[in-house]
Amino acid sequence: MTDLGIAARQLRFEQKAFWRNPAGAVFTFAFPLLFLVIFSTLNSGARIQERGNISFVTFFVPGILAFGLISACYTNLAIRMTVNRDFGILKRVRGTPVPTWAYLAGQVGSSVLITFILFVLTVGLGVVAFGVDFRTGTAPGLFVTLVMGAACFCALGLAVSGLCPNADAAPAIVNFSIFPLLFVSGIFFPLDNAPSWLTSVAKLFPMQQLANGLQYAFDPRTTGLGFNGGDLWRLLAWTVAGSLLAVRLFRWDSAKK
Amino acid sequence: MPAIRVRGLRKSYGTIEAVRGVDFDVAEGEIFGFLGPNGAGKTTIVEILEGYRQRSAGDVEVLGHDPARGERRLRKRIGIVLQETGVERFLRVAEVLELYCGYYPEPRPVDELLALVGLEDKRNEVVKRLSGGQRRRLDLALGLAGDPELIFLDEPTTGFDPTARREAWEIVRNLRELGKTVFLTTHYMDEAQHLADRVAVIAAGRIVADGPPDRLSGRDDATEIRFSLSPPAELPDLGPVTVTANGRGVVVRTADATATLHILTGWALDRGITLDGLTVVRPTLEDVYLELTAQAARD
Repeated sequence: MTDLGIAARQLRFEQKAFWRNPAGAVFTFAFPLLFLVIFSTLNSGARIQERGNISFVTFFVPGILAFGLISACYTNLAIRMTVNRDFGILKRVRGTPVPTWAYLAGQVGSSVLITFILFVLTVGLGVVAFGVDFRTGTAPGLFVTLVMGAACFCALGLAVSGLCPNADAAPAIVNFSIFPLLFVSGIFFPLDNAPSWLTSVAKLFPMQQLANGLQYAFDPRTTGLGFNGGDLWRLLAWTVAGSLLAVRLFRWDSAKK
Repeated sequence: MPAIRVRGLRKSYGTIEAVRGVDFDVAEGEIFGFLGPNGAGKTTIVEILEGYRQRSAGDVEVLGHDPARGERRLRKRIGIVLQETGVERFLRVAEVLELYCGYYPEPRPVDELLALVGLEDKRNEVVKRLSGGQRRRLDLALGLAGDPELIFLDEPTTGFDPTARREAWEIVRNLRELGKTVFLTTHYMDEAQHLADRVAVIAAGRIVADGPPDRLSGRDDATEIRFSLSPPAELPDLGPVTVTANGRGVVVRTADATATLHILTGWALDRGITLDGLTVVRPTLEDVYLELTAQAARD
């Protein structure tokens, strides 16, 4: 089998394992979709003045896309890799001839596939149940932003798993590293009236860059293909930093040498 | 060419020298038992051979390769069964095997692996629902997935009940029939005795004895013949033996039990003397092992 074939097979089995683990699937899927339903229902009919009078749900769907992407690529991948390391799965894999890149590609690919399914469900639910306006004109920008976001958060997820000492600590560390920033990144509610220092700090982090890039593609005032250049460059910078960190921090084995 | 060749192996952690100059060979097709107390440097050496750790000094060759270089072409040819290594808990037994077989260029068929370790009935069971012994058998099957020439087995039967242990031994013996080389680490002396063609004992970072389990550390030279004389009498010349008398009880340590017994029983019959409670015992592998490791701890 080719190395690419090995990666594809790894992805297939990661998916099997993912869907059989109720806790993982629920956390990754139910949360974003539940948030979408609850917040959109609570705010049905609401419009956001600061965003050109768009409906709340048109503002909210890209935020949920960002949240879902971060759950699948960052939270899920970081915890999964820490568990795999702590349980000795990585050590076992290391003893086989599987190339490191093919194994990791299977892991990352599984997270990207989950992101894609979440994307389809979120946008589908938004359009069908809440009348979100999905704009094909800005779809290229939306798509590229999602791909870059997935790359960025997978790299950061791998890096953070290198920092987690063990499987028990992983969920706490990973969630703590993400939730405060999610709230100040304008994902769940617009921050147009928030203190400017807070939004300036948030803009330094990839959560805000991703959310803003996705919201830009959904914004009815956006013209062109929906690329928000500034956000994408900053995401790229985080991707590079995350990848370098991931390479530096990656460990096959939890035990101290 | 030996399957494993180790010369002058050393490994230090900071200022602590865990492995202090170790030499040994493992021949192709041999079951090699590697014995030693915890903290003796056993795991360090095994993990150096498996490519998990880097040595500080010395030469190591595994199937002609330096394991420190982590080459795929070496990992294709070895199988590693570690202690306490997890496996994807939400996959079924056959799925895990299929996944791992996919890592190797010429894997063994999944059905064959299941049969080899006796898990045919469990092929559709989710891994997390397996018992400890079944998990260990799955570990073994995963180590054999690539049809390796050389297999590292680290404490393969820890936690097994006696029946499961016998079954596992049968699997290991089958590997020898297939011409595989087995590097077996174990704490169970009966396991080493039953399986190993040759054992090495490591203590305090050095190999203190090396040889077939039956002859380790002059074990075959140390048969003890015990009896008491009735009526008391002067023993004949028994040749080069050590005689310890304790009242009427006598212990004769001999290198050649057959000859010594021949003289002794012949003499007793001629004289009409009874050798009460005559027993012939050999120190067990465990006796020898405990003596060797205790001695190393004293040095």
